[in-house]
Parts: sequence; structure tokens; C-alpha cells
Amino acid sequence: MSTETAQAEVKKPAEGLLSKRRKKFITDPLVDNNPITIQVLGICSALAVTTQLQPTLVMAISVIFVMVMANLTISLLRNTIPSRVRIIVQLAVIASLVTLVNEVLKAFAFDMYKELSVFVGLIITNCIVMGRLEAFALGNKPYDSVLDGFGSALGYAWIILAVAFFRELLGSGSVFGVPVYDSISGLFGEDFSLATNGLMVSPVGAFIILGLIIWVQRTKTGYVEHN
Amino acid sequence: MQQSNAYIITFSVILTVVLGLLLSGTSQVLAPIQKKAVELDTKKQILGAVLAPSEIRSMKPDEILDFYDNRITSKVVDIEGNLLEKDESGNPIIAENVNVAKNYKMAPEKRMYPMFVFHKEGNPEAVEAYIVQVYGAGLWDEIWGFLALDTDLNTIAGVTFGHKAETPGLGARITENAVQDRFRGKRLFDDGGNFQSVAMQKGEGRDYSDDDHKVDGLSGATITANGVNAMFRNYLQAYKAYFDKLRDSGASESLALN
Repeated sequence: MSTETAQAEVKKPAEGLLSKRRKKFITDPLVDNNPITIQVLGICSALAVTTQLQPTLVMAISVIFVMVMANLTISLLRNTIPSRVRIIVQLAVIASLVTLVNEVLKAFAFDMYKELSVFVGLIITNCIVMGRLEAFALGNKPYDSVLDGFGSALGYAWIILAVAFFRELLGSGSVFGVPVYDSISGLFGEDFSLATNGLMVSPVGAFIILGLIIWVQRTKTGYVEHN
Repeated sequence: MQQSNAYIITFSVILTVVLGLLLSGTSQVLAPIQKKAVELDTKKQILGAVLAPSEIRSMKPDEILDFYDNRITSKVVDIEGNLLEKDESGNPIIAENVNVAKNYKMAPEKRMYPMFVFHKEGNPEAVEAYIVQVYGAGLWDEIWGFLALDTDLNTIAGVTFGHKAETPGLGARITENAVQDRFRGKRLFDDGGNFQSVAMQKGEGRDYSDDDHKVDGLSGATITANGVNAMFRNYLQAYKAYFDKLRDSGASESLALN
């Protein structure tokens, strides 16, 4: 009995749920260590799904769910996963979660499922997810891993949403399906109309927008690639 | 830490079983809801040929299913115009469940051709339009559509298209109302009763309102437009025998109920 109480006394006070260190897990990937613009991971889906905002939002939510749950699972299992098969274990966990997302979409949002199903499947190969599992969740406690996964997914989400916003606005003249261009044209009389840019609906448009975002961001943060 | 082989194998087996159970469990639980979602989607597409998209959007899922049950009857025909009611093992064939993609891979003579009859409101005896299904290849992947014909079995009352992977802004425009509206009022047969089909032309912006068989094309998506033309030609020809039977019977309305 006495030894137990002694141990409890030595124990450090519990860390706050959102201590400074933990906040960094979430804020870091948003700008300073953004998975897309700094690490340049997950570009494939960033190009493919971003022609319109609505599917992009569904994609972003799916990625957040998969990353948080995968990080949690792997972190809980981190002491039991045999190191020799850890990549396969990670892949199995991610693939199962992605299949879950796909099944749920098919049941409750069939229109989104039709539009996104290929790309939801591609979350499995999204380097961000596996990168975080390998680099963080395997060596950290569950709660920290959840925060880390959430932060990285959020960093991914806001970039693809920003790309989608510009692509839908310039390419289709709308935002979330609301025809913005038409209403603007309506203000200036019948002869006035804004032309949409066909380049923006093709993947090339995503490259251009993404390049501009990276440019602006690196000018502001002064980030340079290290060799 | 290096684990023993036995540990690794045990871990893998347990992981596989747990994940397997999780996935198959979810699939079991969600299957009925998914089936309903697929059914609703098919019925929405079929109704899309005769209703404006805004009308369908304003209806709730249950209202769509009700509307479908009240206004649409379906049947399946073969290339000779015979009704197909039972498959080889004696199960009834349901038009909504016919997998058109699977049938597309078979020879045209062996395919099942679903046919949907849109009845007049409040009068289930009278026919407002006949809806047939078409299917084919676009530029990147499959394209499909439903085509509604007036009771003369010649004039197009409306079309709706779907696609899997056509280029957004180019071929994918076949799903736009403005493009689908171009088909309305066109005719499949000429005055002599010969099959002419309708075809999208190369280029865009020309006026084909005085030509019954030509439709303004899609700029930058000629291959998708050609795919649309090909699926019209392939499938509408296959329905021709049944159309002739309906016409010969004179009172096509009464036959529609058989």
C-alpha cells in the first residue's frame, strides 16, 4: 500500500487537455508544416476532387475521420504491433476505415458516393495518412495521436477546400452550386456576362491554384526547401 | 524488439478476423439502406426523362417512390419484341433490376431491354410516354441514359443522361439540362417509317430546329457526343420490333398494361 501512495505523489500533474505542446499538434500542420503545401503529399486527390466544393467537403470530412481513427487505432496497438509487419497492419487498418466510409456514403449520401467513390478509395494510398501513422502514432500516446491526425487532416482539408473554392468559382461560376456569376451578371444588365474558365475544371487548373497558394504561403513564411 | 514468428502470425490472424468481422458486419447492417438508395437513384433517373430536374429535387425520397409506383409500370422485352417475364430459373424479371452494363457485354439478340411506361395522372389506363434505357461508351468510361418517347413512339419527349468519368466541363455536359433539352421534339423515324435515329453533330452553336434527326453537338467533346449517338442507334434499333408490335396493335395504350 505504502509504495503505491508514494508513487502517486511523485506523479507529475496531468497535462492540460489542450496544453501548449498539444495545441501545436493541431496548428503546426495548418501552415508551418502543411502536408500539401510544405510536405507536398496527397497531391493526387487534391487535384482530382477539387472541381466543386461540395464533393471536396465530403472528401475532407472523410479524410479527417480516417486519419483520426487510424491514428487512434495504431497508437492503441503500438506496443503490440510486430515491427516486421507494421506497414501491412497500418494498411489493413486504413483500408478497413476507408471501406467503412465508402459503405456509409453509399447508404446515406448516394449522390456523393457516385461522384466520389473512386477517390474515397484512394484515401488508402494517401501518403499523409500512412506518413502520420508511421512517423507519429507508432511512437506516441493515443490522445496525442488523435490530435496529430486531426491537425494533419485539417491542414489537408483547408487547402483542398481553398483550391476547390477558386476552381468552382472561376471554372463553373458558382460556389457550393450557387450560381454566383449569373447573379453578378444580372446586376449589370442583360448584355453583361462573365465567362467561365474551362482550364479551371481540368486538373491543370488545380496545379495552377495550388502553385499560387504555395507561392503566397512561402513568401509569407519565408520557408525554403532544405537539400 | 524482435517478435517471434508465432507472435506475428497470431497477431495477423486476430487482426484479420477482427477487421473482417467489422467490415462484413457493417455491410450487413447497411445493405438494406444501400439497396433503397440504389433503387431511389434508378427511379430518379427514369423519372428524369419525363420530369424537370427541379420537380424531382422538390420531392422527398418517399414522394419520389410513391410517384413512381403510381405513374410508372415496367416490363422487359427482347430484340424480337417479345415480353420476357421469367428468367431461366423461373424467377420473375424486374425491369428496374436489369443490369444494363452486364447485358451490354452480351450479343444484342440475347440482351434484356427494360421498358418503362409513364401513365397519365389520375388515369392509369392512358399512356403519357414510353421510356427506354440506352447504354454505351463515352470517351473515358460508360455513359447511359433514359429516353422518353411520346405515344407515337417516334417523337422524343425528353432524355436524361448519366456518365461515370467524362471530362468535367466538356463531355460531362451531357448531364446538363440545356444539352438534354436539345433532344426534345426530335424524331427517331422519318416519314416513311425508316429508322434514322438522332445524332449530335460536330461543332456547337448551330440551329438544327428544322431537322428532325440532328442535334446541336458538344464543342470539345465530339467523342462523347459520338458515344451518345452510338448508344441511341444501338439500343433504339433493338426496341424497334417492340415499337412495331405496339403500333400494330393500334391501341397502344391498352397493350401497355399487359
